[in-house]
Amino acid sequence: MEYDEDDDEGILMKVRGVEPVCEMGVPGSVRLSIAGMTCWRCALRVEEALNNMDGVESAVVNLSSAEAFVTYDTRKVSVSELAGAIRKEGFDVGTSCLTMGIKGMRCASCVSKIEDALNSTPGVVDAVVNPASESARVEYLPGLVDADTVEQAVVGAGYAVGRPSAEEPEDREQAARQREHATLMKKFWLSIIIGVPVMALSYPDYIGLGELLPRGSTALRIVWGFMGLLTLPVLLWAGNQFFIGAWNAFRHRSADMHTLIAIGISSAWIYSTVAVLFPWIFPRAELADVFYDVTAIVTALVVLGMALELRARSRTNEAIKKLMSLQARTARVIRDGKEEDIPVEEVVVGDIILVRPGEKVPVDGVVTEGSSAVDESMVTGESIPVEKSTGDEVIGATINKTGSFKFRASKVGKDTMLSQIIRMVQDAQGSKAPIQRVVDRVAGYFVPTVIIIGILAFMAWFTFGPEPQLIYAVVVFVSVLIIACPCALGLATPTSLMVGVGKGAENGILIKSGDALETAHKLNAIVLDKTGTITVGRPSLTDVVVSGGVTENDLLLYAASVERGSEHPLGEAIVEGARQRGLALLKADNFKAIPGHGVEAVVAGRRLLLGNIKLMRAEGVATGGAKAGAERLADEGKTPMYVAIDGSLAGLIAVADTVKEDSASAIRALKGLGLEVVMITGDNERTAQAIAREVGIDRVMAEVVPEDKAHQVRLLQLEGKKVGMVGDGINDAPALAQADVGMAIGTGTDVAMEASDITLVKGSLSKVATAIELSRATMRNIKENLFGAFVYNGLGIPVAAGLLYPFSGMLLSPIIAGAAMAFSSVTVVTNANRLRMWKPREVRG
Amino acid sequence: MITKIIVDAVGLVLIVLIAWYFWFSRKKGEAAAVSGGVQEAYIIVKGGYTPDVIIVKAGKPVRLIFERREASPCSERVVFKDFNVSRLLPEGEKVAVEITPERPGEYEFACQMGMFRGRLVAEAG
Repeated sequence: MEYDEDDDEGILMKVRGVEPVCEMGVPGSVRLSIAGMTCWRCALRVEEALNNMDGVESAVVNLSSAEAFVTYDTRKVSVSELAGAIRKEGFDVGTSCLTMGIKGMRCASCVSKIEDALNSTPGVVDAVVNPASESARVEYLPGLVDADTVEQAVVGAGYAVGRPSAEEPEDREQAARQREHATLMKKFWLSIIIGVPVMALSYPDYIGLGELLPRGSTALRIVWGFMGLLTLPVLLWAGNQFFIGAWNAFRHRSADMHTLIAIGISSAWIYSTVAVLFPWIFPRAELADVFYDVTAIVTALVVLGMALELRARSRTNEAIKKLMSLQARTARVIRDGKEEDIPVEEVVVGDIILVRPGEKVPVDGVVTEGSSAVDESMVTGESIPVEKSTGDEVIGATINKTGSFKFRASKVGKDTMLSQIIRMVQDAQGSKAPIQRVVDRVAGYFVPTVIIIGILAFMAWFTFGPEPQLIYAVVVFVSVLIIACPCALGLATPTSLMVGVGKGAENGILIKSGDALETAHKLNAIVLDKTGTITVGRPSLTDVVVSGGVTENDLLLYAASVERGSEHPLGEAIVEGARQRGLALLKADNFKAIPGHGVEAVVAGRRLLLGNIKLMRAEGVATGGAKAGAERLADEGKTPMYVAIDGSLAGLIAVADTVKEDSASAIRALKGLGLEVVMITGDNERTAQAIAREVGIDRVMAEVVPEDKAHQVRLLQLEGKKVGMVGDGINDAPALAQADVGMAIGTGTDVAMEASDITLVKGSLSKVATAIELSRATMRNIKENLFGAFVYNGLGIPVAAGLLYPFSGMLLSPIIAGAAMAFSSVTVVTNANRLRMWKPREVRG
Repeated sequence: MITKIIVDAVGLVLIVLIAWYFWFSRKKGEAAAVSGGVQEAYIIVKGGYTPDVIIVKAGKPVRLIFERREASPCSERVVFKDFNVSRLLPEGEKVAVEITPERPGEYEFACQMGMFRGRLVAEAG
């Protein structure tokens, strides 16, 4: 494409970034999409930053489309520099990411060589090579460069490109966990194989060697020496993560589980070794005893516990893995009239994509041709396939069932609904529930406090304890350190939260944060917006009442024919109603709209009037007995219209915003959860009451103007209630924000996630009850975990310190302490995993 | 008797040292470098955050680049609870967290379990 200043279309083409101009000395232009611009000031800032760059001829930033159109001199400035300038202002540039495996990296300088080659490729914004995983992560502008060109750059630098070892960070994380698990298991086996004979030899009397190895004998001292040597690798290799972890934490002035175990197992080993090497320094012979079994067995148990915990933890995040695996890999794009299979990363907005039966819809878009049924359950949680035809939105990652269709891509890469859902779920899983603040405060003090308790217990036993005091003091010190389990406390909330939020996503319930999840379980009142939440949101035909000599269908046919070209929602409802009954509309002549009254027209030679009672009176039509019928319909919340044919009344047609099929059962479910259900609407009292009766709502706030909804929510809160508000997320944003938990019912791919705490993806009202049930189940699980962890530590530490000894002579062996500690954190994670079995009540049946 | 007094005295000194070291001593922070409009700091995640106190100016965007150099699952996420931000930190990969502390104050960041902690100190200016 050549640049021609007079050619407007040419400029337009380039501005749209379809084909960049990279010839020397020729201005290039590019369209960059920018994320994170919320106000016009942001847009101005970006525009100014771009215009201030050397080589930029002009930059225009469009806030509503979130794009920058830049014309620049390709010799002076590169696209990545433009992107860099935008980033410096604190915004993100819409880019695609690609991870590829690289073979043949042998030296440190390879990294910078490949990175340079990639970064100098036009259109590449950033490239980072990771020598550890032998892969490169390349961020690029899909309109400017494609994956092939990126790969060519690597090949050009002298390296081979392969598939990355693992594509998603989650996958890599999984691989890392597996390696970690394998290592831990090896450490466990080594420790247990050494630990069991060492433990047996620690009690020669029990294994019949008491006479061979009497206390104080040289033989026993030699055996002890062997035990010390045997346990050394356990301490230094199997236990190395404790020392590394403890040292790292210590440098950061913190202490964790590693600190406790490291001090515990090394104290036991050092005391024993001193007893073997220098028995004479002890004032009495029986003080020279060994605890090598403690070192080996405790290490074995704790390492085993860590391995089991790791296994269990990797299951807690199955939901997000499932979501990520939904992403389609390729898309069949029609470019220049040809079908072409390309990686999904290279699909750009505006591409026409063909989807055959059984295939995945690769990205979000709008159907342009064909029709089919699409299974959207993976995203919306709705199990029934949805019919799609021209003009309907399709969601990426859903599965096409019956027919083929083409659609135009409207959202790609990280803008797709699936990507947004994944991001939101990840953020929510990592967020904190308020209940954890207490735990956090405790966690900061926990480990040093345990060490202090250990020292105090040592001092107490050494000063006041029975003989041999030193032995008892060492045993309680080691036991206290080892039984304390900060992990159980720390894991209690996040693991349950992770499972709960993931479970929500599986059911089409997106929970924004731990805060939202926790508040949702406290709700005792729920406000439902009427229009679009309880009802469908647009009127449809409900009643046809004949009072003259025409049939129902004829009456409807005439009325619909009058309204044929109508854009009024009431008229559209009548026309749609007639279509559904299979009536072929007639031609209407002399159409006239009478504002505030209705319409008139001539259909099939007969004069028709359609409107309210005022129209009938003005035209002198006797309404007679139909008036009562009209009032009855109005009482039901419907809008009745009189129909007159040739000057005499023929009947009534009523339309109404109909209640969604499952609204009544959903409201019953909410009441069943003990919630007060309130309906809020701008409708008049009568209509509102009619709908409320139909769905079983007792409390109605009618005639509330939209601006006032938030105020009404506030009033409910002043009654001392925790209020949840359910709306469509667009008109109700202030009320959603005012409510303790705002829930938006999403429609299509524009899920209003920001406005709400919980988003019900294209959900029906029944998901509200499911969301509350889920939050209650999750919070119950968290409380069980926390209760367990606090009780465990609260009982375990004093018992280990020997508090029961004066009363019952009971003292915990450090080995029992180790077993308890190892399995307490496994129990917490296992309990959190129980949540994975949770099912919403409707499915439970 | 004398040994008991010595041992108890040593124990008390240890307790005081532990309390001081972990709770009462203040850590010095590291100021973030400014490049362009963004304040940047590079944090290594290994047994903790190094550096773990980052000093920035309030009202300006901050980019914190985390690099996790350990396999322990404890540190696989960093959470900024005041900003509702949480990021997965794959081992050996640089992950940027971008936030703007609008008001001066201390903002804590931590691993998911709260065992590793760091602070972002936003100063007026």
